[in-house]
Amino acid sequence: MTPNLVYIVLVGVLFAAGVVLLLERSLTRILVGVILLGHGANVLILSGGRAGGPPIVGTVADEEMSDPLPQAMILTAIVITLAVTAFLLALAYRSRDITGHDEVQDDAEDRRIVVLAERDDVQIGDDQDQDQDQDSPAVRA
Amino acid sequence: MTFLVPLPVVIPLLGAAVTLLLTRRPRAQRTVSLTALSTTLIVSLALLVLSTQDGALAVAVGGWGPLGIVLVADQLAALMLVVSSAVTLCVLIYSIGQGMVDGVEDTPLSVYHPTYLILTAGVTNAFLSGDLFNLYVGFEILLVASYVLLTLGSTENRIRAGTTYVVVSLLSSLIFLTALGLVYAATGTLNMAQLVTRLDALPDNLRLVLQGMLLLAFGIKAAVFPLSSWLPDSYPTAPAPVTAVFAGLLTKVGVYAIIRTETLLFPEGRVTDLLLIVALLTMVVGILGAVAQSDIKRLLSFTLISHIGYLLLGIGLSTPAGLSASIFYTAHHIVVQTTLFLVAGLIEMRAGSTALDRLGGLARLSPILGVLFLVPALNLAGIPPFSGFLGKVGLFQAAAGVGGWLAWTLVAGGAVTSLLTLYAIARVWNLAFWRTPNPAMPGVAPADVTAVDCVPAVSVPVTGPSVPVSAGDERGAYASARAGRAPSAVPPDDHDPDESAVRLPAMMVGPTVALVALGTALTVAAGPLFSVAATSAADLIGRDAYVRTVADLPEVGE
Repeated sequence: MTPNLVYIVLVGVLFAAGVVLLLERSLTRILVGVILLGHGANVLILSGGRAGGPPIVGTVADEEMSDPLPQAMILTAIVITLAVTAFLLALAYRSRDITGHDEVQDDAEDRRIVVLAERDDVQIGDDQDQDQDQDSPAVRA
Repeated sequence: MTFLVPLPVVIPLLGAAVTLLLTRRPRAQRTVSLTALSTTLIVSLALLVLSTQDGALAVAVGGWGPLGIVLVADQLAALMLVVSSAVTLCVLIYSIGQGMVDGVEDTPLSVYHPTYLILTAGVTNAFLSGDLFNLYVGFEILLVASYVLLTLGSTENRIRAGTTYVVVSLLSSLIFLTALGLVYAATGTLNMAQLVTRLDALPDNLRLVLQGMLLLAFGIKAAVFPLSSWLPDSYPTAPAPVTAVFAGLLTKVGVYAIIRTETLLFPEGRVTDLLLIVALLTMVVGILGAVAQSDIKRLLSFTLISHIGYLLLGIGLSTPAGLSASIFYTAHHIVVQTTLFLVAGLIEMRAGSTALDRLGGLARLSPILGVLFLVPALNLAGIPPFSGFLGKVGLFQAAAGVGGWLAWTLVAGGAVTSLLTLYAIARVWNLAFWRTPNPAMPGVAPADVTAVDCVPAVSVPVTGPSVPVSAGDERGAYASARAGRAPSAVPPDDHDPDESAVRLPAMMVGPTVALVALGTALTVAAGPLFSVAATSAADLIGRDAYVRTVADLPEVGE
């Protein structure tokens, strides 16, 4: 089976645009990127099946029917993308509510550990232990 | 008995619908969720027994044969179902216990129950799926539910963590979906049993591309080293039971998918060397990350990543011995890692924090917490009597059986990782369970601190019964410490009303104890479990049993 060139170019454009947007920092742009990538994947699945008439028994001859399976799969994928899109929108909205913007943020704890590592101070509490040991031989005994 | 096969998916989904209707009646909601998950556990046990006795069970949902959704419960799937439903049930009880204590600000229970049940349905669907597209749907069900659970209450921290998690998961889903499109275009089917023969007929290079894309998608979900950095950023911010169930199950679903695709669809082992190298890096880099952490939950997240490496090691060896050790280790790791996160939740409840620099003296304040932490922690590190040790020995034996410098390097890497896990665990033990209790922690009687520091007890206001001591009197100091600790330390049967703030609720301790017991039971039942793992590994490598089971299904219209 040879797929349609138009489909392939379309899939390429959708994927390229989607990846560019996915690399953005703003959640809304990431969302648009995800939607484009999802569409790209759907068109890709569609182009994987045979093209032809409607897959309803009795309308066209069996050999001229399009492949119904990719269509069923795409319907499922569209529903999933819809749910995820709704969730991401809510997430972006909530993020704007809290922080005033919808940008993906760095992890604060990661930063803290990097700072600790730079000061070579990762061994939390060990100093305190030593002090305590000197002050209180009773515990050891 | 094939009617049992779809039940582990259907029951939680039905439960989710009912609990959603019962939003305003929390008590009824709890009853429904508990019933749903207990039934799932019983059905899973039945499936394990049946699949062990009579071989795999398969059902074509809706009678569409291989065109539609095929659910297959072979031994591996049934074993995973049993372990995961036991774990989800325990975590549910734990979270009910926490919800009743916490109030509802952080965990809105009305949403929690339906979402949790849907998550369970997604996990079981992924385990049972005999069709790649249905596997994708299972992944999406559990992921969308996990997005909601991770951002429960939508506080600033959880929104931040949730964003990373959602975007990374979406990316892996899209890669998976694209791979599915390509597989379908190349073979005209997504039914795994049909793919077995049709993929074999494809050119080698094409097959390698498909395999690589699927591995990439599953690798992100399983948190394999270069693709793992999203995990420790996102998991620890969620409520304790949610983190626990994520840590126990979600990454293992990824590992399960890797096992399935590597054995059933791409058995020729062209990427085994790559898998072994990635396994080594995952183990070592993960545990080095754990050693640097200053928060118990984050430390545990890194040990989670690290131990995914062990699972990959067995898969990468692609021998029956390696696979069966991997399957055993997966069961062990689901239980142990979940338990540890639940204990971290208990620590947070008892001490108000999981940051190591704010903890101390927990072993004296709450001995039961000490036991609950130490047993699974030593199990994780692979101390001899426990199942973690048996699993590691199994993996190392399999690696030694394969031989070659790469396998031996992995044995060395695995041993080092095991030692470093022990080091990380010992660090938590030293800082959180020994040391002087931090006076800032709730429920620390001043007597605790003063007595140990040997400041004369007379000079400080002492609550609770205490023996006045002089600075040099060691025995007296101990006696005072003991006496001072008494009201706060003994949960939950014998406690002072003033200390109710730090009393650990029985509904949280109970399931944790049950999981610790289950983890220990894996040691006792290691023999039968290993034999189940060995037969399922043989079936996986043989491939015929699986294909025959699905091929015996009635065709469309029959």
